[in-house]
Amino acid sequence: MSKKNISFSSLIISNIVPLIFLLFSIAAIPLSGLTPTYLVQEMVTRLGRNTFLVLSLLVPVMAGMGLNFGMVLGAMAGQIGLILVVDWGIGGIPGLLIAALVATPLSILLGYFCGFIMNKAKGREMVTSYILGFFINGVYQFVVLYCMGSIIPVSDPELLLSRGYGIRNTMALPGLRQALDGLVSVEASGITIPVISLLVTLVFCLLLTWFNKTKLGQDMRAVGKDMAVADGAGIPVERTRILAIIISTILASYGQIIFLQNIGTINTYSSHEQTGIFAIAALLVGGATVARATIGNVFMGVILFHLMFVVSPLAGKNFIGDAQLGEHFRVFVSYGIIAVTLLLHAWKRRRNLLAKQEGKSEENREDDVS
Amino acid sequence: MRNIFERAINTLGWARLIIAAFLLVLFCVAPFVGIRIDTSLSDILVRVGMNGIMVLSMIPMIQSGCGLNFGLPLGVIAGLVGAVTSMEFNWAGFFGFFMAIVFAVPLAIILGYLYAQILNRAKGDEMMIATYVGFSSVAFMCMMWLLLPYRNPLLLWGFGGTGLRTTISLEGFWLSILDKFLSFRIGSLFFFPTGTLLLFALACLLMWGFFRTKTGAAMMATGSNPLFARANGVDTDQMRTLSVIISTVIGAIGMVVYEQSFGFIQLYMGPFYMAFPAVAAVLLGGATINRATITNVVIGVILFQSILTMTPSVINNVLKTDMAEVIRIIVSNGMILYALTRKEQAKK
Repeated sequence: MSKKNISFSSLIISNIVPLIFLLFSIAAIPLSGLTPTYLVQEMVTRLGRNTFLVLSLLVPVMAGMGLNFGMVLGAMAGQIGLILVVDWGIGGIPGLLIAALVATPLSILLGYFCGFIMNKAKGREMVTSYILGFFINGVYQFVVLYCMGSIIPVSDPELLLSRGYGIRNTMALPGLRQALDGLVSVEASGITIPVISLLVTLVFCLLLTWFNKTKLGQDMRAVGKDMAVADGAGIPVERTRILAIIISTILASYGQIIFLQNIGTINTYSSHEQTGIFAIAALLVGGATVARATIGNVFMGVILFHLMFVVSPLAGKNFIGDAQLGEHFRVFVSYGIIAVTLLLHAWKRRRNLLAKQEGKSEENREDDVS
Repeated sequence: MRNIFERAINTLGWARLIIAAFLLVLFCVAPFVGIRIDTSLSDILVRVGMNGIMVLSMIPMIQSGCGLNFGLPLGVIAGLVGAVTSMEFNWAGFFGFFMAIVFAVPLAIILGYLYAQILNRAKGDEMMIATYVGFSSVAFMCMMWLLLPYRNPLLLWGFGGTGLRTTISLEGFWLSILDKFLSFRIGSLFFFPTGTLLLFALACLLMWGFFRTKTGAAMMATGSNPLFARANGVDTDQMRTLSVIISTVIGAIGMVVYEQSFGFIQLYMGPFYMAFPAVAAVLLGGATINRATITNVVIGVILFQSILTMTPSVINNVLKTDMAEVIRIIVSNGMILYALTRKEQAKK
């Protein structure tokens, strides 16, 4: 009986973040005045659109490298793939596949670079990958704004700025727009379901589960637990960490392609910037921590985070009379949730460390007595 | 001969050497592509004064072992609230400028104290958490700018909007009040912003003095060897708290100085990325993530602002494109990356 109680309260404590978001959404949904049909439709669309991006974060967490803020590198690779495919005039599923094909080597290259840099900054992986995201953003802008159309051939003048080189700020994706979502879409009681996007996401979930069981997956978990021990066991630590980041970067590039085919337009210079923060915030809202993230966290997180995202502007408008406030609020929540989770993680790690030290000194004392 | 060369590289560091050489090339090229050196120098001086104090605010936190102050937006927010409050009362001139600081400092102390409480619970992970504390506080203030009860029509949106404007001009309040103080011109184009630079020098002097007091020494000990500091009876948590408060207060004052020189107050997402140029500047000056001196600040801010001023104008004139933004992003973040990945300062 008492054991059950303990497990119940520990269940609440370990899921405190998703619970708070659930309660917030339950309170805000009636205030927003949105119909259930609309909300379910939004959630289904967003599950198809965003889940893949969030999935790309799982592998580095497993390898003990924390939240991979460097996933924006993959997003940029995906965008370059899409830009080129639009220029070559390839539409539909072939277009998306070729975009992914172009993005893959780029992602491997960027992922290798990111992993290499992170190996040089062990223990500071997150802040380093974060700054790396900014740095590569500068390189991306240089390539897209100055090299495309001058060094890299771009034949479609529609895509270029009026000065003759550099890609326009916004770019429609004709032929690619909802190519994956619309391939097979089922209507069920007024809700359109993008079957293929969801299916692709599910297949990758299964692949990730399978990957966990492979030798490489086991190695990654060992590296994540303790690098020194893993090294002692003969696991190439640095190589394994680089591989984790490469996998994450590739998945992020595919995720960005899926995301953008749903949206239908690219903001060439800003689409990727928000990707990382929203994916990470969603994962954390789903109850993941810096050290532990599961596929369940991904789905839970995408639903709860985007529910908050859809509901809060209208709830803000009806509650205080200002939609702007609700929009600021959701940005605040995205950043705030990351800050709080990081803090809780650091705090817990520190307490464990202190407890370990105290335990040790107590052991010593006992030795002295005996 | 080779020895001297190696020593020079070791003390200066590759990154700074490359940047300095690049800068030298820019200055040599400038006259040939039609850029006046005197205008450029004047621009650099104004920008150095404008940003100097904010860069200086990095020192206390680095010295006490709290790492790079990515949470600078907290100080910036205090500076913004101070400025807006002073303008709410229509105070102009030196009095307005002074009152902006008077309003900003207590708020910075409170925010700094809270910020320190967070950072003391996150030892070893300060930088990432600082970044996100900064970001979330900026987002939180976005809501506050809409809700705070400011009434001065000059500060508010005119028709059909609520809350404070995104950009507020300082025209008629205390625009360039410090820049113009005791300033002089040489020729028609060279302008020397004496007041701002004097205040920067004074702030540097005070900081130099502070680290020679007993408290300052205790703060440095906290950063370089916390166990040793504790063994000598230093309350390390208290020292860290003090350093964060000082950093935040200097950041707030730095922001007010920045505003008077810049001429506008940018609210909402304006302060979002403000920490990064300041962090990059102090690193460019040779600071590491656990050691920084006044010299690092002065050299860093001069080098960084020179690069920012010279690169766009020279490159624009040579290539006829505006690459300023891209170069700023690559240089500043490259500098931070370089500092984060240097082996010898990896923490235990």
